[in-house]
Amino acid sequence: MDQALKELAEHLRDQLGDKLTEAEVRLGELTITVQRDSIVEVLKSLRDDSNCMFHQLMDVCGVDYPDDSPRFEIVYNLLSMTHNTRIRVKLRTDEDDPVPSVAGVFSTANWFEREIWDMYGGFFSDHPDLRRLLTDYGFEGHPLRKDFPLTGYVEVRYDDEQKRVVYEPVKLTQEFRNFDFESPWEGMERVVLPGDEKAEAEPEEEETEAS
Amino acid sequence: MAETQIKNFNLNFGPQHPAAHGVLRLVLEMDGEVVERADPHIGLLHRGTEKLIEYKTYAQAVPYFDRLDYVAPQNQEHAFVLGAEKLLGIEVPKRGQYIRVLYCEIGRILNHILNITAFAMDVGAMTPMLWGFEIRERLMEFCESASGARLHMNYFRVGGVAQDLPAGLLEDIGKWADEEFPAFMDDLESLLTGNRIFKQRTVDIGVINAEQCFDWGFTGPNLRASGIAWDLRKAQPYDAYAEMDFDIPVGKMGDCYDRYLVRMIEMRESLKIIKQCVENMPSGPVKSTNKKVTPPTRGDMKQSMEALIHHFKLFTEGFHVPAGETYTAVEAPKGEFGVYLVADGSNKPFRCKIRAPGFAHLQATEFLSKGHMLADVVANIGSIDVVFGEIDR
Repeated sequence: MDQALKELAEHLRDQLGDKLTEAEVRLGELTITVQRDSIVEVLKSLRDDSNCMFHQLMDVCGVDYPDDSPRFEIVYNLLSMTHNTRIRVKLRTDEDDPVPSVAGVFSTANWFEREIWDMYGGFFSDHPDLRRLLTDYGFEGHPLRKDFPLTGYVEVRYDDEQKRVVYEPVKLTQEFRNFDFESPWEGMERVVLPGDEKAEAEPEEEETEAS
Repeated sequence: MAETQIKNFNLNFGPQHPAAHGVLRLVLEMDGEVVERADPHIGLLHRGTEKLIEYKTYAQAVPYFDRLDYVAPQNQEHAFVLGAEKLLGIEVPKRGQYIRVLYCEIGRILNHILNITAFAMDVGAMTPMLWGFEIRERLMEFCESASGARLHMNYFRVGGVAQDLPAGLLEDIGKWADEEFPAFMDDLESLLTGNRIFKQRTVDIGVINAEQCFDWGFTGPNLRASGIAWDLRKAQPYDAYAEMDFDIPVGKMGDCYDRYLVRMIEMRESLKIIKQCVENMPSGPVKSTNKKVTPPTRGDMKQSMEALIHHFKLFTEGFHVPAGETYTAVEAPKGEFGVYLVADGSNKPFRCKIRAPGFAHLQATEFLSKGHMLADVVANIGSIDVVFGEIDR
């Protein structure tokens, strides 16, 4: 299986030329990274080329890497029933750079792209109908971004006096607790335990002496 | 009399409508009784599952999958645990695989019974719904016996299933598969398959051919009804499906009636798989023996302090999944249910995108319904099998 995928990767390298920036096979899955502006041509050739025949676009999704620039990754998962293979096509973008819409190549991309616009704010040029899809009418923000809080900003309730649903800022009786299991002891660094105030001061003195 | 110009008018269908199968709001532009444009507004059941999963450990994420397609929860869990197992490189013992396959097929029957009977009710038949719910209750009892929960099983674990089947359950399932269910299927078929009214409402309605299916990302029974014999259980077998003997039914016309027929035959095929699972159920452990993901047994925890600590660590911190990404798909009852999992080496998924089959199917509503009557929209929505838990996520 891996061998076939590697051959396919070689074939794509020849065919797509510098539109393709990276191709790798990991965990038995082929992933290629392409230039943002070439995505429509890439998907068209993946669909129509007889060695590829990726007739089905299964999924388009975004991933947010807030530390990277450009921060969003758009991932297209394609399936070829003829060759019984899958391929993953990736590209990078950010809030300002539009990605060409592939809704003209695969009709199913329409909603998937709307969802990415809704959830991440990644913009698609030439999209027939780029509206929000899953969030509320009049929603602000892009909830799946890593810097969007899990609890959100507004909550709704039915107001009996006004006889309608009202939006209010989220009020939490307890702050959302996100436990950091990565470093259970390092997390204690800045905490001064009652009666243990000296413990903090001492290592600092040692440090100054050493330097 | 001079001909008067009639303006198209907009009709708001749902979100609270019995034929909307949940909370679908459909804005229809009608020319008389003919649909000109259909714009589904979804997201009324959006709970932010994908965001929530990013803040949960891998084990805590499993119950969220029950609540996607709540009609067949097992199959969703399956996709997620397979994805996590792929990243971790874990083998599942044979008995665990068989139990999973058994419950996935129970899930498929649960789903198809609800879909077919609800679809029948959409087009005017009341009785199948009542009969169907009775038989679904039996299946939910099997779910309850194994996991303690009728609907949201939360039974599959990374590395296997939560616990072994109780004694006697397999015999019960075997008896049900041999006697009760075939009788029910015959009854259901006698009510619907040859029914004149049912056929008038479904034959040649919402026709979609294979090319269009590809374009719209159709999978599962909806694709097979258009004549493509594609089933992930056969094409890319996972768990014990490679050892099962079953057939893939295909339709010819790709209309509502064919989608119904394909589901009916699929239930009988699922029954075959269930029988094979019951007969050939291997013995042995149901969970991976890799202690990095499998918690110690209750018995051990009562004897050993280390086992208790181990259990505590696994249920607070959870296990760490090596960095990597995978798109893992299973043949859920509605079609290809995929999970795109990005792990960053921590104990929580960095990104978990859920590819719900219904999402792609519902998108084609306008395509299927254009030029049909208003009543046919209802038949179309019923036949493509939408559940809003998975579409809105």
